Amino acid sequence: MKEKKEYSVQVDAYGRAWMLAALAVMLLVPISMCIYFGVWPNVLDVLAGLLGVAPIYWVVCSIEVFTYAPMLGSGGTYLAFVTGNITNLKAPAAINAMEAAKVKPGSQEGEVISTIAIATTSIVTTIILAAGVFLFAQMAPILNAPILQPAFKMILPALFGGLGVVYVAKNWKLAIAPLVVMIALFIAVPSLASSVSVLVPVGALIAIGAARLLYKKGLV
Amino acid sequence: MDFKNSAFMYILGIAVGAFVIAQSVYFLVKAIRRSRELGITGTVIRRTITSSAVFAVLPSVSILLGLITLSSTLGLPLPWIRLSVLGAVTYELPAATVALNAIGESISMPVSNPAAFNTVAWVMTLGCITPLIIIPLFLKKILGGVHKLRKRDTHWGDLFLTALFLGMISAFLGMGISDGLLSILTLLTSAAIMGVCGVFVKVLKVRWLENFALPISMLGAMGLAILYAELLPAELLPAGLWG
Repeated sequence: MKEKKEYSVQVDAYGRAWMLAALAVMLLVPISMCIYFGVWPNVLDVLAGLLGVAPIYWVVCSIEVFTYAPMLGSGGTYLAFVTGNITNLKAPAAINAMEAAKVKPGSQEGEVISTIAIATTSIVTTIILAAGVFLFAQMAPILNAPILQPAFKMILPALFGGLGVVYVAKNWKLAIAPLVVMIALFIAVPSLASSVSVLVPVGALIAIGAARLLYKKGLV
Repeated sequence: MDFKNSAFMYILGIAVGAFVIAQSVYFLVKAIRRSRELGITGTVIRRTITSSAVFAVLPSVSILLGLITLSSTLGLPLPWIRLSVLGAVTYELPAATVALNAIGESISMPVSNPAAFNTVAWVMTLGCITPLIIIPLFLKKILGGVHKLRKRDTHWGDLFLTALFLGMISAFLGMGISDGLLSILTLLTSAAIMGVCGVFVKVLKVRWLENFALPISMLGAMGLAILYAELLPAELLPAGLWG
């Protein structure tokens, strides 16, 4: 137990240090651009721009932290929230890896497997983005080929179809309520597809409520 | 060379990429060391790394497409930087659009001057910064709560975490099903390929496939999405599918 506490204290210490370093790196980018180009933006322009996105994204980002952190564990959370692309890459990678390694989320084993998966995907994404930037002239025409567009535009259904069938089949009793509500919601209001990340915590709350009910009744 | 694609911007991009790699390698090494202490075998670790790396390729290419989309307005390095740290196309594109509108420019035209460019960079950066503040402050409390929950009642703790996964998966399955026939067919194809992989793993004991079932399902479904898009009548396809 003491060993576990020591490890989690360690992760928390270096996780915070890296996160603060990431905050500094993020802010240094626009600061150094302003110094290099010799021009600072009008504060009112920045505020006007922020007014259009910050009220929504600050709330969504905050909710994402509370929704994904228990799934990803501390190491995974510190890393995933610096490198981004959580919904479409980091969380599915962590879930898939824990499932394949047969470890439970929230356990010590789950924590390290999730961190290994997220670190690996972060490295791969960074390499692919760098390769794409430096080989732009060669890669852009291929990736922009009209024939390939349906494949790339269908990446989320392709990802969650495969991932979903495993989890839903294994936990079908827990899956019924959130699935029915979400399908009904999206069919009734298709425009919600553009704000799916807002509905992730809603789906999670419904799933937790249904799970609690089934648990109390001794059905799961 | 214009200011958006200047050598300075590329140097910034390389520095940010190096930071992300350094952090990832640091966490990877720490997690591998811890996994050895927990008795997780080298084979499991190697499989986790290999399958995660293979799995990451397709979503990463999709992120690269987002970068290319933004590059016509912002050049290559700034979208590269933004998509490397706390970025996601679903956020960066609206943020850039709103910022450019606020200063009387448009996302459909290249940014005309460094002042506008810097404004966009600030809005894209500050608009998604909250996790870097919230996590150091609250993560310990959030995970402490989950730990207490599991300690008090392990079965309910496990159910709670499974329900969280299912909440996320349900939202995306719901979106997939409501998003038109092409999306439904892609989703079902991926699920079917995953089912076939399951048969190979469980019945025919093709164990290596277990770690690659998800990328194979994704690749197969995305490949067949191209075929479906060719075969389905145009009126059943999403608007703007081909470009």
